[in-house]
Amino acid sequence: MNNASTWRILKTLMRRDLAVALRRRSDVINPLLFVLIVVTLFPLAVGPGPDILGRIATGVIWVAALLSALLGSERLFRDDFLDGSLEQMVLLPAPLPALALGKIVVHWLLSGLPLVILAPLCALLLKLPFEAWGTLMLTLLVGTPMLSAMTAVGAALTVSLGRGGALLSLLLLPLFIPLLIFAAAAVESTLVGTSAYGQVVLLAGLMLLTLTLAPLAVAAAIRVSVN
Amino acid sequence: MWKWLHPYAKGEATFRLLGAWLPWLSGLALILVSVGLVWGLFYAPPDYQQGDSYRIIFIHVPAAMFSMGAYTGMAIAALIALVWQIRTAEWAIAAIAPVGAVLTFVALFTGAVWGKPMWGTWWEWDARLTSELILLFLYIGVLALYYAFNDARTGAKAAAILSLVGVVNVPIIHFSVYWWNSLHQGATITKFSKPSMPPEMLIPLLISIAGFLFLTAALITQRLRNEILKQELHRPWAMQQLGVEANNGVQ
Repeated sequence: MNNASTWRILKTLMRRDLAVALRRRSDVINPLLFVLIVVTLFPLAVGPGPDILGRIATGVIWVAALLSALLGSERLFRDDFLDGSLEQMVLLPAPLPALALGKIVVHWLLSGLPLVILAPLCALLLKLPFEAWGTLMLTLLVGTPMLSAMTAVGAALTVSLGRGGALLSLLLLPLFIPLLIFAAAAVESTLVGTSAYGQVVLLAGLMLLTLTLAPLAVAAAIRVSVN
Repeated sequence: MWKWLHPYAKGEATFRLLGAWLPWLSGLALILVSVGLVWGLFYAPPDYQQGDSYRIIFIHVPAAMFSMGAYTGMAIAALIALVWQIRTAEWAIAAIAPVGAVLTFVALFTGAVWGKPMWGTWWEWDARLTSELILLFLYIGVLALYYAFNDARTGAKAAAILSLVGVVNVPIIHFSVYWWNSLHQGATITKFSKPSMPPEMLIPLLISIAGFLFLTAALITQRLRNEILKQELHRPWAMQQLGVEANNGVQ
């Protein structure tokens, strides 16, 4: 099969995924609301003082982002698995990892990108000092594609299980740790007045690595799941 | 070139091979662990700084070493299972993971027990402790996924993929945790400079490490044998092995 037809299949598939997701907006919006609500809960729990909130803001926003990625993960393959289109995807005359990458990209467009846009509001609510807002958004912009890719691996592994929710978090959260560490460190360096360049570049490197390898794992996992 | 390996794709052949190894592995494990621990716990000189409480090192270090070694072994088994579709390798994942998880737990537990008198706290967010804790989570994830499916074969393959994803991530996690630690924890007590060991301590430690290696191997061998037997129970040889007549109607 030549590249042109793979590209065409991929485009059709991505357009379809986007259309399906946009017709069921609650699936897209609910994880975002979840982040917003978690962010709202923290000031109530630890007190509204800016010194505490500002210090924990990055951590709270990022942890909320990780958890919301788990929440939205079902959307990736579940319906396709149930109605059999996942099997058709496996049979398509296009490399499965490429299709998996397409799914990841669409998932990111609908879960990661909105999160980046939502980040300033969260930062405002948690009184993160203004000079760190840009770095926070940058880490989210670089980090969320990785989040989508890892989530896709987990979702593909557990798609044939009835409810994989708790299991999925057990599988994925340990793997999110480097992301959390580097993102928090990047914002931290901005806050103490040094450059966050190193951490952001490291994050970008990790993102590229993940986007390269994860589609292969997703494809293998889909093959196992649909048998 | 690989021809001599082929028979071991069959459960029975592997079962017998492991059975032949088992007495040697467990015998060596018994001898070396006993010698290493008795020497280490009773006869090695006390540390000039830590007194007698350093002696937990004779359990802690070997357990920590092979908690990571077992993960590597599991990942290799996973690769073999995925690439060559050898079922014995799939069962090896199930055999290795609990052993590795227990070793990880032992390393964490002894670390905590050691930490209390030395650092004054059961738990310190030290880089090594943290990455060991994450390793425990990874093991538990593999095990949970392995047993989550109704179809054992699917579970084994899913667990194999997860092990491989994990093994790519382990160095990244390890590195990032060290880095995080140096950023946030620089000035805490975690730094205790390890004086290079005198031979009276080093030799029992090395013996103990070798003993744990054989112990780990023996445990995995026994578990793999059980797993093979369990999976091949419908075959006559497995029945024979258990001393049950195949037509006895005993499941």
